[in-house]
Amino acid sequence: MKHPRLIARRELLAGVASAGGLLLSGCSRPMPPTYGSLLRLGDNLTYAAHRLLLPDQALVKEYSHDEISSFPAEGATDPGDPDGPRPNDTYRQLQRGGFADWRLAVDGLVTRPGSFSLAQLKALPARTQITRHVCEEGWSAIGEWTGVPLSRVLDAAGLQPAARFVTFYSYDDFADSIDLLDALHPQTLLAYGMNGRDLPVPHGAPLRLRVERQVGYKSMKFLTRIAVTEHLDDGGDKGNPKNGWAWYAGV
Amino acid sequence: MTPAPSTGHARWVRVSHWIVTLSVAALAFTGVEILMVHPRLYWGEVGNDLTTPLIELPISRNYEHGGWSTPTPFFAGASSQVTASRTYDIFNQNSWGRSLHFLAGWFLVASGALYLLIGAVAGHFRRHLVPRPGQWSRAEFWREVRNHLRLQIPAATGGPDYGLLQRTAYAAMVFVTLPLMVLTGITMSPAITAAAPWLLAVLGGYQSARTIHFVAFAASMSFLVVHVLMVVKSGFRRQMRAMTIGKTT
Repeated sequence: MKHPRLIARRELLAGVASAGGLLLSGCSRPMPPTYGSLLRLGDNLTYAAHRLLLPDQALVKEYSHDEISSFPAEGATDPGDPDGPRPNDTYRQLQRGGFADWRLAVDGLVTRPGSFSLAQLKALPARTQITRHVCEEGWSAIGEWTGVPLSRVLDAAGLQPAARFVTFYSYDDFADSIDLLDALHPQTLLAYGMNGRDLPVPHGAPLRLRVERQVGYKSMKFLTRIAVTEHLDDGGDKGNPKNGWAWYAGV
Repeated sequence: MTPAPSTGHARWVRVSHWIVTLSVAALAFTGVEILMVHPRLYWGEVGNDLTTPLIELPISRNYEHGGWSTPTPFFAGASSQVTASRTYDIFNQNSWGRSLHFLAGWFLVASGALYLLIGAVAGHFRRHLVPRPGQWSRAEFWREVRNHLRLQIPAATGGPDYGLLQRTAYAAMVFVTLPLMVLTGITMSPAITAAAPWLLAVLGGYQSARTIHFVAFAASMSFLVVHVLMVVKSGFRRQMRAMTIGKTT
């Protein structure tokens, strides 16, 4: 320690500067756009407060097997049904083949872009967790999810240093993203199993996302592609903000 | 008993009163909208259309809609938990409803926290909200309740000093009901309960918190109705002047 006083002062200045950056927002933590809407500004206030005040890797409560409950499925419950909401021809063909030809594309800011079959995902280290799903509508249900932590898949693909967000695309034609803190959270899964069986179609077969610290609509079903980005991709017309919904749903 | 001349409402009381009023109006409006989307209340951690509610309120087309596919069991055995797919187009305006609810919640929490801080430091709570030493007696309390029920309301003084029943009602809102609304509200946040799982333990689970949130809402609305009625009966013009421009005459 040659110049302890100088170092302390430098650290203090850096601390003041980063606190100022946080207050001004956007400098040290990328913020979602407000779209000129007071409601989206409020969503951003919640997002900033959570990221500032709550521990980044706090784990949600996990339940016992006895606590597994009945579990409604809603939204798109079968994209293979041409008469149902949000039908998709490709999905129907994959479904007929028992999802043997299904693949998850992983691209964007990764060093090894490519795709994973279900077998390849199941060969990665798995995690099983019994958690509470809360829907923005007000209901809740407890289910057991088995899958590969998203962080394992991102590791396998190799995150580039500029990576800050992960965007998901689904067969029921949604696109949505989460920040890297939620993407690397130990309980954020790409789930292929529910309650000890293959993930049922109404719950997002063959692969869905589980983002346990946000409400249900962030846990997208029927995944087809993951893209790693530097800037927040709101999904455009297929995403939540353009359809009036909060991008951050940690509440 | 003739009331002593009032000291009037302090400016910070008037400002916070109206911020809270606007916040509560937005919270109540959007809260009812959110409840209309799923008008069923439960106890414990879990509650959904495939489980039994404590009560279901007939307040939207979602009431007992019954639009569900035939249930499929998850496990072997007759008592298995089930899944079913929704086939009914429900009422749902939660996209703006929820975001407005949380925005108004921020205003309530921010102004409420400042109010509690200033109120404690300035001695407002000790002097005006908590019943004075010796003021509290069961007989006096019930006498005031009886008088209020007969609508024999003391004439407006435009601020403190408050009667015993008035102090009790205000203190219950400020120290019990509104904090309970905030506490049960944040217990419904999956991000906050990940960091503070004790909230779920204290309130008996996610759906219990939601049900208590509703009961506290009903209590707040009952307070609001009586509060406005008392303002009208005691002298609307004088009370409004006192709470807005701060004139007690």
